[in-house]
Amino acid sequence: MARRSTKSIRNWARGVAYRYVPMMITCQEFEDFVIAYLEGELPRRQTVVFELHLKVCRECRDYLTSYKRTIEVSKRAFQEPGQQIPDEVPEDLVRAILAARQA
Amino acid sequence: MAALQAGDDNAAETLVRTHAPRMLGVATRVLGDRALAEDCVQEAFVNAFRKIGDFEQRSSLSSWLRRIVVNQALMKLRSRKAKAETSIDALMPIFDGDACRIEPAWPHLATPDEICEHADRRALVLAKIAELPDSYRIILKLRDIEEMSSREVSELLNLSEGNIRVRLHRARAALKVLLEPILKGEE
Ligand SMILES: [Zn+2]
Repeated sequence: MARRSTKSIRNWARGVAYRYVPMMITCQEFEDFVIAYLEGELPRRQTVVFELHLKVCRECRDYLTSYKRTIEVSKRAFQEPGQQIPDEVPEDLVRAILAARQA
Repeated sequence: MAALQAGDDNAAETLVRTHAPRMLGVATRVLGDRALAEDCVQEAFVNAFRKIGDFEQRSSLSSWLRRIVVNQALMKLRSRKAKAETSIDALMPIFDGDACRIEPAWPHLATPDEICEHADRRALVLAKIAELPDSYRIILKLRDIEEMSSREVSELLNLSEGNIRVRLHRARAALKVLLEPILKGEE
């Protein structure tokens, strides 16, 4: 039998715990709930289960934190000057639109 | 509104001057190209004037116009030479055989401020978003940047809301991996 490294023994133990302890879900099941959780569409019971996993699992906690940060950073990158809603629409564009309407 | 539907010139000009800036902003963000966005806004207004008779005050005028401009932008994207989509499978979360997540520790997680105060880092974020394949990038932009609802996006793209959510999640997860060096402050 292949020897397991310390790390893989730890993961195996995590896997067993997440799979067999009541109210626990595996990281893979957690993954399937992420979007519904963030959209506020996860039923109450599943929300409890989701948040419990978040408490015990360092990996999923780090994953979710950096996932949320990714969204914040992308939003912000588009809000900065240059990407912002242009205040000025070129006058020739306005003219072109109005001319196209007459046509 | 009545004047507009009757084809009044002044009302038309007011409509354009009021709504064009915001529409140009949306088109620029979706298309990532200012010149293309200007064409897009012009086409959108031509459509809007043609359809103004059908406009019912169910939705606000600005969200009606936004839908038209996004639709026009999507048509522009589709008509571009179709590029084979690259797969984002390699950027998806990883699990071991015990269904446990494999996720690096994050000793430092940069804030939006820390990243966006440097023009080059911010440009890098935009470049990484641009790397996402069309079918993911469009949904991410409409949902996360334009903050449209899943329902609005699902109507625009003719996909189910469930499908939109799955794609949004995959797009964010892929982008998270692409942004990792920047978020960790390594770049
Ligand atoms: Zn986990």
